[in-house]
Amino acid sequence: MSAATETLVDYDEALDTYDPVLGFEVHVELNTKTKMFSSAPNAFGDEPNTNVNEVDLGLPGVLPVVNKSGVEYAILIGLALNCQIAETCGFARKNYFYPDTPKNFQTSQYDDPIAFDGYLDIELEDGEVFRVEIERAHMEEDAGKLTHMGGAAGRIQGADFSLVDYNRAGVPLVEIVTKPIVGAGKRAPELAKAYVAAIREIVKNLGVSDARMERGNVRCDANVSLMAKDATEFGTRTETKNVNSLRAVDHAVRFEISRQAGVLNAGNKVVQETRHWHEDTRTTTSGRPKSDADDYRYFPEPDLVPIVTTEAWIEELRSRLPEPPAERRKRLQADWGYADAEFRDVVNAGLVDAIEETIAAGASAAVARKWWMGEISRLAKNADVEPTELGATPATIIELNSLIEGKKINDKIARQVLEYVIAGEGSPSEIVDKRGLAVVNDDSALGAAIDDAMAEMPGVVEKIKGGKLQAVGALIGPVMKATRGQADAGRVREIVLEKLGVEG
Amino acid sequence: MSEIIELSASALAEKLRAGETTSVEAVQAHLDRIAAVDGGERGVNAFLHVNAEEALAVAAEVDAIRAAGGAEAEALHPLAGVPIAVKDLIVTVGQPTTAGSKMLEGWMSPYDATVIEKIRAAKLPMLGKTNLDEFAMGSSTEHSAYGNTRNPWDLGRIPGGSGGGSAAAVAAFEAPLALGTDTGGSIRQPGAVTGTVGVKPTYGSVSRYGAIAMASSLDQIGPVTRTVLDSAILHELIGGHDERDSTSLADPVPALAEAARKGATGDLTGVRVGVIKELTGEGYEAGVQARFDESLELMKAAGAEIVEVHCPNFKYALGAYYLIMPSEVSSNLAKFDGVRYGKRVLPEDGPMTIERVMGSTRAAGFGDEVKRRIILGTYALSAGYYDAYYGSAQKVRTLVQRDFDAAFEQADVLVSPTSPNVAFEFGSKSDDPLAMYLNDVATIPANLAGVPGISVPGGLSEGLPVGIQFLAPAREDARVYRAGAALEKLLEDKWGSPLINQAPQLAAAIEEGAA
Amino acid sequence: MSAISREDVVHLARLAHIEMNDAELDKMTGELAVIVDSIAAVSEAAGDDVPATSHPIPLQNVLREDVVGKTLTPEQALQNAPDADENRFKVPAILDGE
Repeated sequence: MSAATETLVDYDEALDTYDPVLGFEVHVELNTKTKMFSSAPNAFGDEPNTNVNEVDLGLPGVLPVVNKSGVEYAILIGLALNCQIAETCGFARKNYFYPDTPKNFQTSQYDDPIAFDGYLDIELEDGEVFRVEIERAHMEEDAGKLTHMGGAAGRIQGADFSLVDYNRAGVPLVEIVTKPIVGAGKRAPELAKAYVAAIREIVKNLGVSDARMERGNVRCDANVSLMAKDATEFGTRTETKNVNSLRAVDHAVRFEISRQAGVLNAGNKVVQETRHWHEDTRTTTSGRPKSDADDYRYFPEPDLVPIVTTEAWIEELRSRLPEPPAERRKRLQADWGYADAEFRDVVNAGLVDAIEETIAAGASAAVARKWWMGEISRLAKNADVEPTELGATPATIIELNSLIEGKKINDKIARQVLEYVIAGEGSPSEIVDKRGLAVVNDDSALGAAIDDAMAEMPGVVEKIKGGKLQAVGALIGPVMKATRGQADAGRVREIVLEKLGVEG
Repeated sequence: MSEIIELSASALAEKLRAGETTSVEAVQAHLDRIAAVDGGERGVNAFLHVNAEEALAVAAEVDAIRAAGGAEAEALHPLAGVPIAVKDLIVTVGQPTTAGSKMLEGWMSPYDATVIEKIRAAKLPMLGKTNLDEFAMGSSTEHSAYGNTRNPWDLGRIPGGSGGGSAAAVAAFEAPLALGTDTGGSIRQPGAVTGTVGVKPTYGSVSRYGAIAMASSLDQIGPVTRTVLDSAILHELIGGHDERDSTSLADPVPALAEAARKGATGDLTGVRVGVIKELTGEGYEAGVQARFDESLELMKAAGAEIVEVHCPNFKYALGAYYLIMPSEVSSNLAKFDGVRYGKRVLPEDGPMTIERVMGSTRAAGFGDEVKRRIILGTYALSAGYYDAYYGSAQKVRTLVQRDFDAAFEQADVLVSPTSPNVAFEFGSKSDDPLAMYLNDVATIPANLAGVPGISVPGGLSEGLPVGIQFLAPAREDARVYRAGAALEKLLEDKWGSPLINQAPQLAAAIEEGAA
Repeated sequence: MSAISREDVVHLARLAHIEMNDAELDKMTGELAVIVDSIAAVSEAAGDDVPATSHPIPLQNVLREDVVGKTLTPEQALQNAPDADENRFKVPAILDGE
């Protein structure tokens, strides 16, 4: 393979010469209670091989039975993606050997997916809407989890042996496949990211998936090809597997465009192959070329019978559809009174849900926005994580805000408290107590500090008495110093004026 | 030979209920019989595993319940305490399940097949697991990895297959009842060549959960017995809906024993019996054809209306079967790879990757016939061949069903010889897979169409049993029991006793051979 | 329909993950050629208007309620494993270490 000789072409330059064509296969793990074809629990993070029964292990003699919720969730996804729902469809066996696949075939759907011919309107950052056509959404089952041991840590290359946990084997998946996406041009990486984000948002909104990319609930394979500006046929595509974060989707598409442009500019051909995404280097490397080993010998699964969807069933499911995210956003923006730009920033930051939850918990729209878009986002950026992954919750914000409003702490200290919350020191109130951060508004303690300051600065006192109210500022510094910053400046001013009998 | 082992299951059950014998006695008598005739170089070798301890314990439990009397005794299943043998393709907790393959040598299932749960619930002591062609692939049981099972009628001949062990065990009075599985004739053809009764129920009427799949759309578990009534009673026990099998029918189990009893009057007045023209004549041994023709005469005399029916697409059935079955086999047997259970064989040299371990495990674990079918099925499903092979075979399946539909317009049951030939000598067809496949030419159409079939003894040809097969429309299993029981009655009246009584004395034959 | 070639069998054995030596490949090629010839007529038996049958008895919508059932213990799950470690199945390296 020509991996060694690849030269990357500058991204903008590449797109001056070529048009990218994208395609996505997004796997969504459903959050049903049980697996797709067995009654073992569908749960994440349990001890190895505890959520398995004989069906999941592919023991001799076992038979699958379809999970009704799995089918209904797939139909819900299809409906949310504006798809046609098949009147009748069935399962097929996809035959290939791999140790994480207990039967050495995957039960999937082949030529009759449960949902097909849909579309999704993707709103880009500037508000432009791009329609992505959906080819199909079909049901299948997940594989077990392989852990590679020995050799380089956790990598399949150079491993001495692997360990297999079948807890995930048989977990229901819906694979959503787009038609080729043409015309995104320089916005291809942005569209790619927005598309995956939209799928994630939709399945989460439907309640059919936990939609946590870091847990593999939503996994993306990205197809990229380039065609010369004047060409009429698509170029050869590569399929980059397991691009499993929104940022990685953006980067992987960007990288493949630069790489393929390099291959083409050098007069070489792009190899049709699967490629691996490397988060650390933000590059893809060659996997294996398409070969005769990809002869999956699909045939109708004889152990399962067809699924026939009646109109009544589909309508019942349609009635369960929640408000689509795009409509919901319109409604929320109006409710919250955010300006267009403010709201778009919130959307792009992925903080609609967090803000909605915070408002639902009792915060004002302004307060929720101030915290999520301000300090929390800033800290998240420093920590290189999503704001929602930082550890701050709606309760944190409510509590911080009420501490401020109750004049127990000031804004500056509240920001410090937030950092301590994120560091895991406890709730804001606990931290304020433990660290003694409460603003000193006990008037006697404050009064003593003020008296001391006034005694030391008689000149200032005279000026205030003479009507130069802004001279109070000169007293605040020493008072703050005496109270180690925990005095409330406004209160200090009030007390000074009160003591001197001056009207504020 | 003790009298107790010669009893039919229903007769033994009657004696148990009447207190004339005990289940422990019955089980022990069968264990003694197994010890006497099954082992050794010339033994029948029907059993791969004998489950003496558990069988006796279950028997003792039944005896205790009977002795105590009362509601619990009243509630016992009619077959409680009657021992049964189980084809080693059906998984059992506490006994190894090998499928006749080295691949699963020593494998212990952590779960019971649904039929085994029913057997346990009804308290039938399980005598053990019976021999079969590896993964049920064969018509002679010569493809077992654990040696040949011998036909009790002639120890130099095959007992049929794949369920040769179950048929031979019943024929040799080692068990009154057995379970088999029938994918293309694996219950009926061994029944025919051992002079016993075997039934392939309507597809979906007996749960397949726990029967190691050979070809999922064709496999069906069914009874193996010496009388039609025994098969009916056992069928009623193992039948019924199972939510663990998606292809299981929701229908209640029909009144099969009642149908068998009705048939046992020998009266066939008004019953239209269709002779399948395509399953007679050329290719059928003269002796087989002669017994078949005599059976038709007897049924006609008993009031049946004999009609000739045509099933022109049956000529494609064998070919379609040998595309569909291997295709499903190639996928069903992929799971045997040395990762989770069963044999693991490391490659002798070269890189030690899991791919290569799978390759060497499957090379060493599977026998030739299994490999042949896996490769054939892989071919039939592979890109570029699917439409011509697997796709076409599925269409032939439709045509075969249409032939059946048309034939059942004219007849209530269809009839044919079960097998074109009597039991052949060991090794005579081993080198010719195609000749072996032709054994199933008359039994395969029923599997393709999912309809029920029974084989009942039809007499002897050159001293070896001939089987007569009845077929009925799907879900009309009762009809094959009625027709089968009627022919059984008519023939036994003619012979003066069941056919099995004409079998040679086994112990003497074993000694003679050894001498 | 073309007869099955030795190259076909090599490819099929690889797809099926069954190692075969030269003698086995030769034997298998011969046997399969005979079998394939004998069943070739199937491909001409039915016209385009004939639907395929994949299930002998047509059923539909056999669905299970989403209710958790019994699981195996890890001991049961691993009791027949050729090799295991840390309650997981142990398998040789997936890729060639070279």
